[in-house]
Amino acid sequence: MIRVRVLLFAVYRDLAGTAEVDVEVPFEATARTAVDRLRALNDRFARLPAEPAVAVNLEYTGLDASLNDGDELALLPPVAGG
Amino acid sequence: MIRTWITDQKLDMAAVLAAVGTPADGAVLVFAGTVRDHNDGRAVSGMRYDGYTDMAERVLREIADEAAARWDLSAIAAAHRTGDLVIGDVAVAIALSSPHRAEAFDAGRYVIEETKRRLPVWKQEHYADATSRWLEGVAPPATEPAP
Repeated sequence: MIRVRVLLFAVYRDLAGTAEVDVEVPFEATARTAVDRLRALNDRFARLPAEPAVAVNLEYTGLDASLNDGDELALLPPVAGG
Repeated sequence: MIRTWITDQKLDMAAVLAAVGTPADGAVLVFAGTVRDHNDGRAVSGMRYDGYTDMAERVLREIADEAAARWDLSAIAAAHRTGDLVIGDVAVAIALSSPHRAEAFDAGRYVIEETKRRLPVWKQEHYADATSRWLEGVAPPATEPAP
């Protein structure tokens, strides 16, 4: 297993009730696997969307991105800067 | 010269303006995006900006680099604020300089539009009636990983 740090922002943080959580996933898992694991953890995480926009290690990527131990996976609500 | 930053401190337009401009320039453009007191017919009392700061710093820099590569600019400075803002506060500040005004306007428009499209920042509007809500944003660009 590998461990990734999941970061939650804005409305996702409010839904989940936390800003970050560590998730364990199998070796060579994808971001989608981590999101699925997270949503299965408890009722609050289950409120998160199944297919959020994501970034891995500060770069926008897709849910099919593969993860490595220690990666930072951010779940990003639709952005609203400016 | 390219300078970009994310800050939770009040944005000073004079500092942003001071970061651009050379004797070879015929145009200096400054844009300030500010917090207004109304939205969708509701009275707004303030705005909270939540940002993924480490990533936002990278994305804002990328946007500025793209503008500098595409237009004839001598300098560009762009900053975005996070935290609790009051009415009239500057949320985003952009300054750039160019030998020619057309390049400056086009580049400035590009930087603010890409900022709204890509910067990992979110805003929660606070209303005069003490309620609040996260504003609906736009889906950020989902890029597929390299094979």
